[in-house]
Amino acid sequence: MKYLSALAATVFALALWQGIVWVTGLPKFILPGPGVVAETWWQNRWLIAEHTWITAIEVIIGLACGTLLGVITALQLANSRAARVLVQPMLVFTQALPVFALAPLLTLWLGYGLWSKVAMAVLIIYFPITSSFFDGLMRTPPGYLDLARTMQASKRSVLWHIRIPAALPSLASGLRLAAVYAPIGAVIGEWVGSSKGLGYLMLLANGRAKTDLMFAAMLTLGVFSILLHMVIRRATARMAGETR
Amino acid sequence: MTQAPDLTISGTATIDGATLFAPLTLTLASGAWTCLLGGSGVGKTTVLRLIAGLETGAAFQGQITASDGKPVADRVAYMAQDDLLLPWATVAQNVSLGARLRGEKVDLDRRDRLIERMRLQDHMAKKPAELSGGQRQRVALARTLMEDRPFVLLDEPFSALDARTRADMQDLAAEALQGRTVLLVTHDPAEAARLGQSISVMTQQGLTHCAPPKAPAPRHVDDLETLETQGALLRLLREGVA
Repeated sequence: MKYLSALAATVFALALWQGIVWVTGLPKFILPGPGVVAETWWQNRWLIAEHTWITAIEVIIGLACGTLLGVITALQLANSRAARVLVQPMLVFTQALPVFALAPLLTLWLGYGLWSKVAMAVLIIYFPITSSFFDGLMRTPPGYLDLARTMQASKRSVLWHIRIPAALPSLASGLRLAAVYAPIGAVIGEWVGSSKGLGYLMLLANGRAKTDLMFAAMLTLGVFSILLHMVIRRATARMAGETR
Repeated sequence: MTQAPDLTISGTATIDGATLFAPLTLTLASGAWTCLLGGSGVGKTTVLRLIAGLETGAAFQGQITASDGKPVADRVAYMAQDDLLLPWATVAQNVSLGARLRGEKVDLDRRDRLIERMRLQDHMAKKPAELSGGQRQRVALARTLMEDRPFVLLDEPFSALDARTRADMQDLAAEALQGRTVLLVTHDPAEAARLGQSISVMTQQGLTHCAPPKAPAPRHVDDLETLETQGALLRLLREGVA
């Protein structure tokens, strides 16, 4: 049923797209139809696969590093009042900066290669991971803490046995957000300066008026993001308490 | 177990300068159930939390002492209205929570005996969400017993249960907590009349002592004197509010 409705929505979207192409009669280099894009995609499948691979690596390394950093930061913030006073405003400030504006700087510092894109992905997911996990850690049901107190639990064991497990569902929702944001981060990085990746391929295709190739790359990115989100969703189901 | 000591709390509590409860003295008799009955907001839970050494938001002036002179707060077991079972942990893990939190080795034999005593042996590996309200409260009672403390503080532990399960739990708890010094905070006159070996009614004016029924606790739900006591307690409660 779920798959059937997804299929129906996809068919509907494709029909709408084709309809617009027919009705407006726009030329191929302005708005290519789904058939043209599919054909281009097939002809360039190895090229697209190669660039997808690069973007995927950036995203996955970015996700791993961003999650690790976010989890560590959240634990530090939850553990120490000093850290909350000193670091929290900084975190909010970095979030207020447009990531786009930072991209050229990161390219300047980290070069044209993989790491400036990984850094972009990390930057963009660091905040949602940190803040969702931190919120979870600070919102431990007070009754549990009372109980732990009457049991003479140390601060560390309360964190380990109660606060962290109680915060895992929040971390799971942060991770699911991160799965959507991380590809955006990587692609922004690629736009600003790179010679590989789906973002680069899109820019290249656009610059040469190969709009069909650009569409093919963009749709590939979309499908990749959806798949990534599904994988992360599945992987965090236990954490979120959705399965037993 | 050796006889648990007496416990006395005496003093007054204020919140931002406003009196929460006037100077009072409550003594929990050694090895007996003391019921502290009162309406909402009179500070009965605050009394219990002060004894447990928990955050109350009130400023307390007075003292809490045990008859053996040793500190109180690290010798209490606590059970609340919410069963406070960790949803991600199994029944067995929840029962042994105290030892796990203190980093001690869990006494597995003792744990299994208590789980059996609470008739939960078929549910050892289940998560709390798979249990009924009564079963969950039995897990909480097993966890409380696992702590093996002389003082047991019960904060309306049975008030969320249906009438029949509540009566069953009262019997079970009365039997299981024998020999310990128990404080039961409740708003239910029937519960106080069934279980109290000493009953105090807490109102804004202070504590009023009420003679418990003569029958040994837990008393039968239809014991006449228990029902009379229940009525008398309710009258005291209502007068206190007026």
